Amino acid sequence: MSATHLVGVDCSDCSERALDYAIERARDSGAGLVVAHVIEWSRYSFSTAQENEQRHKRREEELERARTEVIDPVVAKIREAGVEARGVIRHGHAAETLAKLAKDNDAASIIVGRSGSSKFKAQFFGSVASSLVQIADRPVTVVP
Amino acid sequence: MRITRITAAALLLLAAVPAWAQDGIDQKINNAIQPIADAVTAAIFYPVPLGFAEIPFVLIWLVTAATLMTLYFKFINLRAFTHGFRLVRGDYADPDAAGEVTHFQALATALSGTVGLGNIAGVAVAVSLGGPGATFWMILAGLLGMSSKFTECTLGVKYRNEYPDGTVSGGPMYYLSKGLAERGPAFAVLGKVLAVIFAVFCVGGAFGGGNMFQANQSFSQLVNVTGGQASWLADKGWLFGLVVAALVGLVIIGGIRGIARVTSKIVPFMGITYVLAGVVIILMNVGQVPAAFAAIFNGAFSPEGVAGGFVGVLIVGFQRAAFSNEAGVGSAAIAHSAVQTNRPVTEGIVALYEPFVDTVVVCTITALVIIITGSADSTLDGVQLTSNAFESAISWFPWVLTLAVVLFAFSTMISWSYYGLKSWTYLFGESKAADITFKLLFLAFVIIGSSMQLGAVIGFSDAMILAMAIPNLLGVYFLLPVVKRELNEYWADLKAGRLEQS
Repeated sequence: MSATHLVGVDCSDCSERALDYAIERARDSGAGLVVAHVIEWSRYSFSTAQENEQRHKRREEELERARTEVIDPVVAKIREAGVEARGVIRHGHAAETLAKLAKDNDAASIIVGRSGSSKFKAQFFGSVASSLVQIADRPVTVVP
Repeated sequence: MRITRITAAALLLLAAVPAWAQDGIDQKINNAIQPIADAVTAAIFYPVPLGFAEIPFVLIWLVTAATLMTLYFKFINLRAFTHGFRLVRGDYADPDAAGEVTHFQALATALSGTVGLGNIAGVAVAVSLGGPGATFWMILAGLLGMSSKFTECTLGVKYRNEYPDGTVSGGPMYYLSKGLAERGPAFAVLGKVLAVIFAVFCVGGAFGGGNMFQANQSFSQLVNVTGGQASWLADKGWLFGLVVAALVGLVIIGGIRGIARVTSKIVPFMGITYVLAGVVIILMNVGQVPAAFAAIFNGAFSPEGVAGGFVGVLIVGFQRAAFSNEAGVGSAAIAHSAVQTNRPVTEGIVALYEPFVDTVVVCTITALVIIITGSADSTLDGVQLTSNAFESAISWFPWVLTLAVVLFAFSTMISWSYYGLKSWTYLFGESKAADITFKLLFLAFVIIGSSMQLGAVIGFSDAMILAMAIPNLLGVYFLLPVVKRELNEYWADLKAGRLEQS
């Protein structure tokens, strides 16, 4: 079986350069791609009873939106380029979840975009790319 | 936009409430409710002669149930304690269920409904009436209450309703009706009756203890901290009520999730601040801690100068613990029901932490601060006593405490508006009309609670919350074998290592 790479995407067009890079790499080496979209979520957040009651429904809606608006178009685009691809959607902490997905899918490397977060935001909250570089147990390519 | 318009209209309507509130109508409401209030209070607090003292019926009811459940489930409150922590931490969580309501979230939501005035004002009442020894009985009641909470929250998840649109709702009205129905047609009728009685009391408790009492007490603390009777706010209860009602309305009618989200983040933060301040004061006087514990222990068995002696202290401690952690009342089962799990017992085990955090930890800290700072001897009562105790060590703390009291009151109102609404729709059916009627009534009671001196209504509402325990626990007794079966299966799986997640 040929190698797979994991590509993290935020939305269908904002991770374009990372995606183009990943497609190029995969085509050159005959590898496949796993496209991952992480919906930011924490098991330790606080919510009201009303929100909890609706949570399961909201989650379904979130997954559906992520599938139709992010994953499906991206996977279609990759397949059009002649590269094998499938998508996954998960709730969780973006960097941790991407690292875990890479491990579970035995990906050769992780490819992410440097996302548009401002210097200020990155300073205080850290960016997905920089924390991913810290915690991943395999090569990470950050595409600017 | 339509929702904003409805909210605006509702608020305009509510603005009229203070106008007639000023008009001596509070006296009329008081007079109308007095006889009912007296009857309910008399029944709930019916003094049962027990040897040499008289104990209110509802306390015997709650403590008996808590003790029996502790024994029946072989000290589940102690033996599942560490496992509960691992469940809250997410050690057994299914990775595929990420994004659903976690044990931590369900627990935090339930806690935000229980941690509040009971921990601040209630403890002060207990210590000023029963001396330091009352703390001992509060802690014991808290530990026993863990078993009742375990039972009702397990049932809450087991018999919850899962609707086709993906929402869930549960609570005593569902486990009483569905659970008892499993035992035969006669039980089905009993279950239905108990569920309806529970729902009626729950609506009463939501308007009263979960709303008017909260509005009233947080307003009085606000007046006190801004200068007592001389305060500009002293006669502006209606204004405070309007502002609070507007904010509550934005959350529960307007669906403004921002406010709810902000509150749900600030409230735990305030709780932690309160606990930390208490711990700091205790550490500053660490030399007095052994003496304080000696006073708590000695005072529990041989109190001096307390009405009713040993039993008097016990009653005070148990009563305040019951008010504070609501174990056996059934309210928390509603909040815990939304958790994602296919093993109802897990949420019961997590719920053990609710009385533990509420009563054993937070109440004990309040009591220690009051005892150590020597404030227990003062003539003050309620929030004022706690406020002074903290002030004697940290001069500016009453301001923080006021903010905490107001926020705790706010989050308790939001929680109880939900409990009340679930009971209301159980009684009147799920419809837009029933929904909005309840919510508007709820907001009106916020204003009434903060602008009127309704002693009778407030006494009545306390009784209503405790009254919920009567139909709830009566039904729970019949369902104990169900919980036992679930627990035994789960515990066997746990011990055999069949629950580990990779």
